[in-house]
Amino acid sequence: MSSLITILWGVPTAAIIAILLLNRPRAAEYLNLMAAIVVFGAAVTLLLIAPDRSLVLGGGYLILAPLGNWVELCVAIVYLLASLYAVGYMRLLRKEESRLPLFYALMAGFALTMLVAPLMNNPGLYWIVIDLTTIVSAFLVGFEREAESVEAAWKYIVIVSAGLSLALLGIVLFYWGGTLHLGPVYAMTWANLTASAPFMPKALLLLAFLLVLVGFGTKVGLAPMHTWLPDAHSEGPAPVSAMLSAALLNTAMLGIVRFLGVVQGGGVGLLGRTALVVLGALSLFLAAFFIIRQTGAKRLMAYSSVEHMGIVALGFGFGGVLGVAGAMYHMLNHSLAKSHMFFGSGNMMRAYGSKEMSAVRSILSFYPISGFLWLLGAVAITGAPPFGLFLSEITIMRGGLQGPNAWAVWVMGLLLILIFIAFLNHFRAMAFGDEPESGAEPTLKLSLWNTLPLGLTLAAVLVLGFWWPSALWRFFAAAAHRGLP
Amino acid sequence: MLIFHLGLLPTSVFSLLAIVALVLSFVMLGSHWLKNHVYSFAAESWVIAFLSASVGYYGHYEELYFIAILTALFRGSLLPYLLLRLVDRLGIEREFTPLLKPASSMMIGAFLVIFAYGVAEALGRRLDLPSGIAVLALTCMFSLVLIGFLLMVLRSEAISHILGLLVIENGIFLGSQILVPGMPLLLELVILFDLLVIVMTFGILVRYLKVHAGATSSRALQKLVG
Repeated sequence: MSSLITILWGVPTAAIIAILLLNRPRAAEYLNLMAAIVVFGAAVTLLLIAPDRSLVLGGGYLILAPLGNWVELCVAIVYLLASLYAVGYMRLLRKEESRLPLFYALMAGFALTMLVAPLMNNPGLYWIVIDLTTIVSAFLVGFEREAESVEAAWKYIVIVSAGLSLALLGIVLFYWGGTLHLGPVYAMTWANLTASAPFMPKALLLLAFLLVLVGFGTKVGLAPMHTWLPDAHSEGPAPVSAMLSAALLNTAMLGIVRFLGVVQGGGVGLLGRTALVVLGALSLFLAAFFIIRQTGAKRLMAYSSVEHMGIVALGFGFGGVLGVAGAMYHMLNHSLAKSHMFFGSGNMMRAYGSKEMSAVRSILSFYPISGFLWLLGAVAITGAPPFGLFLSEITIMRGGLQGPNAWAVWVMGLLLILIFIAFLNHFRAMAFGDEPESGAEPTLKLSLWNTLPLGLTLAAVLVLGFWWPSALWRFFAAAAHRGLP
Repeated sequence: MLIFHLGLLPTSVFSLLAIVALVLSFVMLGSHWLKNHVYSFAAESWVIAFLSASVGYYGHYEELYFIAILTALFRGSLLPYLLLRLVDRLGIEREFTPLLKPASSMMIGAFLVIFAYGVAEALGRRLDLPSGIAVLALTCMFSLVLIGFLLMVLRSEAISHILGLLVIENGIFLGSQILVPGMPLLLELVILFDLLVIVMTFGILVRYLKVHAGATSSRALQKLVG
């Protein structure tokens, strides 16, 4: 176990050092890709051999729990796909060639912080690692040094740091509540907080949880704290957008779910879950309206992330085996499908030289393979069968109908239909709309590096839509049964 | 818990230091000169360092002396130095487009303190806290957090946003020194370090903003909407 964790954290660290020492663009690409492959293998192995209960390692500082391992896997998958795609994409940015080693070092560093966070057994340290993800990724968002990307990076780091400071306040209050039962000095761990929650006054517990929810909710991009998300996700290079959207948001969601597990024993579990459901429904509502009126391709994907994090929040908020299983499955499906959508929009952005969807026309005739895969991806991400997202969304809705917040299921269903129509309408225009004016046709040739990641992700989402492995189902059920953290 | 069996003298010392820190945040609300903000932030950090030391002395937490020294060094000296250097480099002396006059922003600040007291008092009543110092610590903590957010909302310069964030962090740190002096040492160390990294990151990004976006005021940064 601990040797696996050493691999998970050590390999990206080694890659960063090697990339910076060699300082060659081509070497950096391949070193980062190799690190990603090893990390992926380690994360899969970790999930296979880790027991169904939580395991505390490393002198009490590390925890291996089902949900944490699952998030770890999602991060590893997205890191691998983004590294693969980055090779082709970053070569298209000619002027950044000499800064590529820096880019890949930052990318491996970003992946490293996201691989560390889920395994932290100390909520305070988890908070700090989440803060570090913000710092590293802000440089990646501002990497191209355009006016827009620097502005996005700035807004990202200010809003998220301010939000996270509320989460820190919540954590301090949780620890204070614990001192009433466990004495003035005790180890700050998830287990200790959970154990002392029944002895904390409900008012304190609820206040602390709401602060943590708003704090980490800012990082997850739940409305109305989502304002940084469309900027940061649309202005970074496409592989970075994919990692932000498909990996980072899950990592922060883990914190909310673990604190939800803490307050469950304290008698305010239902209130906490309802708060999460309300934020989830609000995110769907807001995302729907911004998707309808959207003009930028990557901003469209960013609002779709707000939507999907809303769905995951609803799943965990509904709770129960179905809710939790659906939410965990949705995390993986969303990771795959959203990476796919960002890769596709990256290709189209480079090909047509614009971030606006109005400039992207006739994708099927200019780019039969890449365009077609992207179009199919749009069908997948809106939750249409036979793709995996359909299964997970239906499971979440079934879970919601059994619980006390059934109203949210109807809201969710209605808004999902609205989003489906609006989202695909944008793609209808890009695929079958008017021909572009002559002279505006794209001339860029996409290489296999640009299209292969698209094919891989779509195939995975398709397989997950037809086949929900029963081992995976048992794993989710175990995670749901033994309480959340 | 420490705060439940304190003598009269330590209670007064803690209360005095916490209130001085709160008053210093009003200096920031009342002035539009950026250097004044940095100086009052530095003073506030030193006050918090004294608070850590006195909690360590009266509560017999030896490691808090260490924290106090680090707080004075990092929060009280290094961060203000970095911020002053940033102010000089950017050549911005004051906020030119404040949303409200100093008097009005201080009024709002006063209301926020009353609100924070209301929350702290209600919490104290639910918890049956025997001592007033806990309620005072909660009030100061919540007030500083709220005033930090107020500073971020009312001001548009990038440096003011950094300072607002630092006031929030100071507030949380102040509260945790009184309420949970036994909080693991490792955590406090890492938070100090994290703060340093954040401020350096902010510094780099602000200079990027100046060079690549041509402005550091959030009023001028309006490219990304919708």
